[in-house]
Amino acid sequence: MSENNGLAWGNILIIVASGVLFGLGLSISEMVNPTRVLGFLNVLGPWDPTLAFVMAGALTVAVPGFQYAKLMHKPFLAVSFSVPTKKDLDAKLISGAVIFGVGWGLAGICPGPSLVALNTMQVNVVVFVAAMLAGIIAHDRIFSKD
Amino acid sequence: MTEFSFINAFAGGICIGFATVLMFLGNGRITGISGIIGGLMKPEKNQTSWRLLFVVSLITGGALFPWIWGRDLAVDVSSPWYIYVIAGLLVGYGTRNGSGCTSGHGICGMARFSPRSLVATVTFIIAAALTHTLVRLVTG
Repeated sequence: MSENNGLAWGNILIIVASGVLFGLGLSISEMVNPTRVLGFLNVLGPWDPTLAFVMAGALTVAVPGFQYAKLMHKPFLAVSFSVPTKKDLDAKLISGAVIFGVGWGLAGICPGPSLVALNTMQVNVVVFVAAMLAGIIAHDRIFSKD
Repeated sequence: MTEFSFINAFAGGICIGFATVLMFLGNGRITGISGIIGGLMKPEKNQTSWRLLFVVSLITGGALFPWIWGRDLAVDVSSPWYIYVIAGLLVGYGTRNGSGCTSGHGICGMARFSPRSLVATVTFIIAAALTHTLVRLVTG
């Protein structure tokens, strides 16, 4: 996938496979259900360890994969790896993580599961996604230079 | 609370891990959902088609789940509607401000051993646990 032209069939196959696999993973692990997430955040008990095992499963595959990428000069089907370039632990990172965490703790929904949950066609899921898009737009309007 | 299934949690996690590795080793892209959605809201040249296709595929994965797994997609969103308004606004704003969410920082960033992602992940988990605990103590 180069910077200046469209997607090749190989790239499209990877995007579709990755997206479907991600959606299935969130569904199989029940991370799409806020009850599971809130159960994990419920540190005073009863505690639901599901999220910890999902993270462990994901990192079991992702750590070797992403570390292997460091040995590659370029991805298999693209000209270069696109990785974040920021290195500093600034106030924007921390405040953003806190704001996200408060919202996540209120509803038990983060961006990936919110999209997968749209399949259930429940009003509150649509309300959440709409508000999330509004939050994204609000942020990007304020920090339009980013 | 429904019974905890180690197998489902770990198997689902492995699927998510494979999804991120496939995208990174193949296309060189980070599978950060907030970044992908954010990018669609503020389109950059030649970055819209892959992001849109990924979002559609992600939702399709959830639609295929009942057929593949033989179980309905359970999503309990029984809190009052305004909770989802407030939470959605905070999640949208916060993930953009903090450059990532559970997928981008929590999985891809941690797997890259990024110090920023480790700090962000620990921070949003603590903030979320404190928030949920506080809400429970107040509402009973």
